[in-house]
Amino acid sequence: MTDFTPLAGTAGGLLIGLSAVILMGGLGRIAGVSGIFRMLITGQAEGAAGWQLLFLLGLLGGTILTALLGGFDPGTIVFPGNPLTTVIGGLLVGAGTVLGSGCTSGHGICGLSRLSQRSIVSTVTFMAVAVVTVYLIRHVMGG
Amino acid sequence: MQRLAALLAGLMFGAGLALSGMVNPIKVQNFLDISGTWDPTLIFVMGAGLAVTFTGYRLVMQQPQPLFAPGFALPPTHGIDQRLVGGACLFGAGWGLTGFCPGPAIASLVFGYWPSVLFVAAMAAGMLAAHWFIRRTGSGAPENSDG
Repeated sequence: MTDFTPLAGTAGGLLIGLSAVILMGGLGRIAGVSGIFRMLITGQAEGAAGWQLLFLLGLLGGTILTALLGGFDPGTIVFPGNPLTTVIGGLLVGAGTVLGSGCTSGHGICGLSRLSQRSIVSTVTFMAVAVVTVYLIRHVMGG
Repeated sequence: MQRLAALLAGLMFGAGLALSGMVNPIKVQNFLDISGTWDPTLIFVMGAGLAVTFTGYRLVMQQPQPLFAPGFALPPTHGIDQRLVGGACLFGAGWGLTGFCPGPAIASLVFGYWPSVLFVAAMAAGMLAAHWFIRRTGSGAPENSDG
């Protein structure tokens, strides 16, 4: 069980939205983490201190800062599954976001905000599959 | 200035992920567990995120160009193909399995738990495999990142 935290959720969502707007207004880029990370690891990011690296460094920094200021307690983190499901899941997320050109931030927030048909289809699809997957894991396979 | 904006955007994104609790994978998986221990928090995260982004995009994209770049790099909005849908299915399955998507997984690295490292390593491997596959098969348009 995790608590329903609508206020913290809203506050966090506002920050994420603001981040996306800054990236678009400042750099003209979609704040899609899968794409940004993919660019970095495939050598498509620009130079040694390109914007992609700085964005991700900022992401790490923002997370640490928030935890230090008491906005999040790392002690509450629980990882579902086991090492095998973690690896399989990681592979699926990696392959899926590259093939599908995006993830929850790129399609789910940025794409939907542009009223992109591609993002609408992607978001509905990955949400539905994710829900079915969790149902199977937790209620059918008794994991 | 471009780099500063990117850093600032990243800081806010990370803060948002942590504050909302999205870096905690069990919380996200609980959101997806509609018939079980349902935690609706992510609805509020996405709702707030969408409200700000939708409005903000309308404002900033009215400008002839971004503040610190020559133009907007916008992915296509049309063209539903197998790769889009297939990729979404794979991604959804992985997300459901682990409660992790790329942003929160990378963010969670700062807490030093090995499952985070394992996930991100596997995710990188999956990305490289898919990237190689796309290049190899020359399937369709070059990689477009909607995200």
